[in-house]
Amino acid sequence: MATQATGVATVPRPAASLPAGLTLRNRQVLAKLGWGVVSVGLFVGIWEVLWLIGWADPKLLPPPHVFLGNIPDQARFFNTATRWQIGVNPADGPSPYEAVAITIGATSMRVFVGLAIAAVLSITIGVLIRYFGIFEKLVLPTITLLSPVSPIAWLPVAIFIFGIGNAPAIFMVVVALFFHMVLSTISQIDNVSRNFINVARTMGATKRQIYSRVIIPAILPQLLIVLRLNLFGAWMVVLVAESTGVGFGLGQVIMMARNTFNPSLVFFTIALIGLLGFLSDWLLRILQKRLLYWVPDTGGVLRGL
Amino acid sequence: MASDAYVAWSSQDAVVCRGVGKTWAEGTERAHEALRGIDLDIAPGEFVVLLGPSGCGKSTLLYLIAGLERQTGGRIWAFRDPVEGPSPDRSLIFQETSLFPWLTVWQNVSFGLSIRGAKEAERRAVAKEALQRVGLAEAMDKRPDELSGGMRQRVAVARALAMRPKVLLMDEPFAALDVQTRAKMQDFLLDVWRDSGASVLFVTHHIDEAIALADRVVVFTARPGRIKSIIPIALPRPRDPFSPEAEALRRQLTEELRSEVDRAFAEQEALAAE
Repeated sequence: MATQATGVATVPRPAASLPAGLTLRNRQVLAKLGWGVVSVGLFVGIWEVLWLIGWADPKLLPPPHVFLGNIPDQARFFNTATRWQIGVNPADGPSPYEAVAITIGATSMRVFVGLAIAAVLSITIGVLIRYFGIFEKLVLPTITLLSPVSPIAWLPVAIFIFGIGNAPAIFMVVVALFFHMVLSTISQIDNVSRNFINVARTMGATKRQIYSRVIIPAILPQLLIVLRLNLFGAWMVVLVAESTGVGFGLGQVIMMARNTFNPSLVFFTIALIGLLGFLSDWLLRILQKRLLYWVPDTGGVLRGL
Repeated sequence: MASDAYVAWSSQDAVVCRGVGKTWAEGTERAHEALRGIDLDIAPGEFVVLLGPSGCGKSTLLYLIAGLERQTGGRIWAFRDPVEGPSPDRSLIFQETSLFPWLTVWQNVSFGLSIRGAKEAERRAVAKEALQRVGLAEAMDKRPDELSGGMRQRVAVARALAMRPKVLLMDEPFAALDVQTRAKMQDFLLDVWRDSGASVLFVTHHIDEAIALADRVVVFTARPGRIKSIIPIALPRPRDPFSPEAEALRRQLTEELRSEVDRAFAEQEALAAE
């Protein structure tokens, strides 16, 4: 008994080389996070040095320690639509931090609602175009014609139709994504493997079944990638929509910062937007992994090069 | 034509082809004739191998019999009925893996049943039985990307078997597999074929594969594909690829094919020179 116990004790445990409680996966995540910090740190460092040696004028390009130094001071300018109304005491409303949270929430909501509407609408229209020949003839030329129009051109239309508030901003996001995503849906449908379709045909599937059981699951992976690529587009458009007085939000804060010549507020808002864009991309990536469990992760091939 | 129809009607054969031809993109500049004047009868339970150079139209004939494409000449009957579209009676197995990656193995195998609206319990039972026949019952709940190429083709065979087809159409199903796996899969296919009692129509350009499998080998000419000769193989299975009879067959089939491959090459060079 005793010899056996010592025998076990002398065997080196391979797990000892890893820090306790860290799986390989967690270490990869940590490493990724670490590199993110280093990358941002490098950028911030260069900026701070430029300020230190006097090349970056703090009145025009305030370095991060300045615009992040006094967050409550910046936060005063958020959610002004409700707090600065006539007859309302600015001190009565939400605290500055709450105001930032409300603004972020409002803008994010517009992005995600717009994204969801655009995705559902464009996939539906794209599938209908391929499913019904007559629908394609009636609709596709118009969609192709409108797809190169910049979303900015739709801004007046948004205001004409929806006035101010959430609706025009969401409309802008939808318009910015819809046309590309319809065309992308169609091209994905055309690229579905003939074999998949022929398998379903030999098993007696109807046209409807072929679309619902084969074509739609087959195109989903690519469509989610398209959606992710368009996410940043949605963030850009929503700011434009908000900055032209369609309500409150991060875009409105930037516009106010411009009008009041407040570079600190501009950079603070830009930092917030960057963080939000990153977080929402991360969320969508998780969604993609959950929803598309069958798509293999091919990133390793590139990393191996 | 009427007499052909009468032949098809009175025939006990699984598949009857009379004067079948196929011209792709007919009536346009790019038109090219893939098949011409194919007369071929396949008996129930018979194993027929279509052998020919690449691009000779032998796969086209398979697609026509499957009903996935329409012939531009002649007629095809399957069990007395004219072929007018795809049918679960005639299952096609493709060269590349054609399993749906978003479904598990058993869901893939029972896909045809789910199309007909069968209940899950029934689908699982049928899938299990079909997978047992290909020796993959324990892989029921795996996903296709977790399987090797040979296993995936076995699942594809199980998926075809689950439809209880009377004719199995196989389009170079083992072409993407390595030589050892391919030999195993040929043995496996012969077992499945004997169990199922279905006719098999098997396309390949491998002479050894034809010798290992076929009751009859149908040798195709280069484009347009026509039947050059039909060679019955009466050797008992399992066949020794190195027996004198197999050697003689190999020599004969190689001779038959050589002139066609030469012709196909000359034609491709002429096309490239245009």
